[in-house]
Amino acid sequence: MGEIAMTVNGKEVAAEAEDRTLLVEFLREGLGLTGTHLGCDTSQCGACLVHVDGALVKSCAMFAAEAAGREVTTIEGMAGKDGTLSPVQAAFRDQHGLQCGFCTPGMVMATAALLQEDPAPDVPRIRAYLQGNICRCTGYHNIVRAVLQASGQDPDRALAAE
Amino acid sequence: MYDFDFVTPASLAEAAAALEDPEAMALGGGQTLIPTLRARLAMPSKLVSLAGLAEIRGICEDDDGRLCIGGATTHGAIARDAAERFSGLAGLAQRIGDPAVRNRGTLGGSVANNDPAACYPAAILATGATVVTHRREIAAGDFFQGMFTTALDEGEIVTEVRFPVPRRSAYQKFEQPASRFALVGVFVAEMADGAVGVGVTGAAEEGGFRWEAAEAALAARFDPAALEGLSHPAEGLISDIHGDAAYRAHLIGVMTRRAVAAAA
Ligand SMILES: Cc1cc2nc3c(=O)[nH]c(=O)nc-3n(C[C@H](O)[C@H](O)[C@H](O)COP(=O)(O)OP(=O)(O)OC[C@H]3O[C@@H](n4cnc5c(N)ncnc54)[C@H](O)[C@@H]3O)c2cc1C
Ligand code: FES
Ligand code: FES
Repeated sequence: MGEIAMTVNGKEVAAEAEDRTLLVEFLREGLGLTGTHLGCDTSQCGACLVHVDGALVKSCAMFAAEAAGREVTTIEGMAGKDGTLSPVQAAFRDQHGLQCGFCTPGMVMATAALLQEDPAPDVPRIRAYLQGNICRCTGYHNIVRAVLQASGQDPDRALAAE
Repeated sequence: MYDFDFVTPASLAEAAAALEDPEAMALGGGQTLIPTLRARLAMPSKLVSLAGLAEIRGICEDDDGRLCIGGATTHGAIARDAAERFSGLAGLAQRIGDPAVRNRGTLGGSVANNDPAACYPAAILATGATVVTHRREIAAGDFFQGMFTTALDEGEIVTEVRFPVPRRSAYQKFEQPASRFALVGVFVAEMADGAVGVGVTGAAEEGGFRWEAAEAALAARFDPAALEGLSHPAEGLISDIHGDAAYRAHLIGVMTRRAVAAAA
């Protein structure tokens, strides 16, 4: 038990946590940032994805203590201060890339990480990159369209080329 | 999850000392251990984090030209930084799990865990790599000792794996689509002296093994056609809901031929 401090969405934060506290628990219960979801017990679903020092990680498979002193970005850090959606979030809305929305925070964080690595990924690359993100609702097709839109590509044309 | 103390040693020596405690466990990338702790399948009193140890992270070459990869090197770093010198291994690392798993999961953690469907054992066996700990060096053939069992003693830390770099190599994995582990994975390596290694994972209860008949055929001629008429026996292979032993035996042949074609 002790105080853990880190930077979350650009703000320095600190909260009491046990050594066994997972990063996802620290974010949700310690800081009230419930946009990061916990969708499984086996680290297979991707609903909990956040960025730690810019790298995509599963916050259910990392202890809060391991993120001490580091920079964490969650889904709450994606939109502008005035609520303007980020281009990735806007693309998910425009392309109906979500239904219930449970997987969406993880999808958005994964997409943002992908576009950092590869600003114009093709469809196979998008599907491969999102392999660790499970969605029960959409059938993935509109998610792929959303990633194409977010990367400035025309979804109809890119998919026709497949 | 049961409670434990989390310690972050500043050096390998400190980590080794902390792991002398029989109730302590090493934490690599946590991609296997944390879900295991969450399921209450392990209850260490102390977790010793290896992630911050620069001493056992990164890739370099030794005097014999072997590629030496630190135990705390992530799959993602291997996919990126081994691509030029050992593309077969980089390709293997690039297909482990998903991007987030590759950003955290480590070579040392995977090797120590020895999941019978893990990818690295195929490459380690095929190339005759050496597993190095803070106490000794262990040859590939002696290291893996059956499902989730290795030659490692309590508290022993995998500091490095030394890979002889093949002339050409490739890994082919038939994924179990739900877990993304290997239903069958085959690593084929043609070594500098012309010998060929064929390492198989996912297929057998006791974990990775070498397919020696295929090695001999490929050493004579490194071509998928050299494997014609050769099939792996189904005896001793895993039968489960994902595939029976005969299916896995068939996949060994298919993955081996594809790996040779990809390497050629
Ligand atoms: C969704 C998902 C998909 C995956 N897909 C694949 C796949 O396709 N192929 C594959 O091979 N693996 C796969 N994995 C497993 C992944 O590669 C893990 O990263 C790996 O098995 C364990 O490495 P780790 O660093 O995370 O170790 P940890 O989880 O931290 O530790 C695992 C075990 O190793 C011990 N340990 C850790 N580091 C060391 C060390 N340096 N020396 C000695 N002991 C150590 C720990 O005490 C523990 O017993 C997958 C995992 C997940 C969650
Ligand atoms: S909650 Fe499912 S992967 Fe983290
Ligand atoms: S939108 Fe419901 S799980 Fe993806």
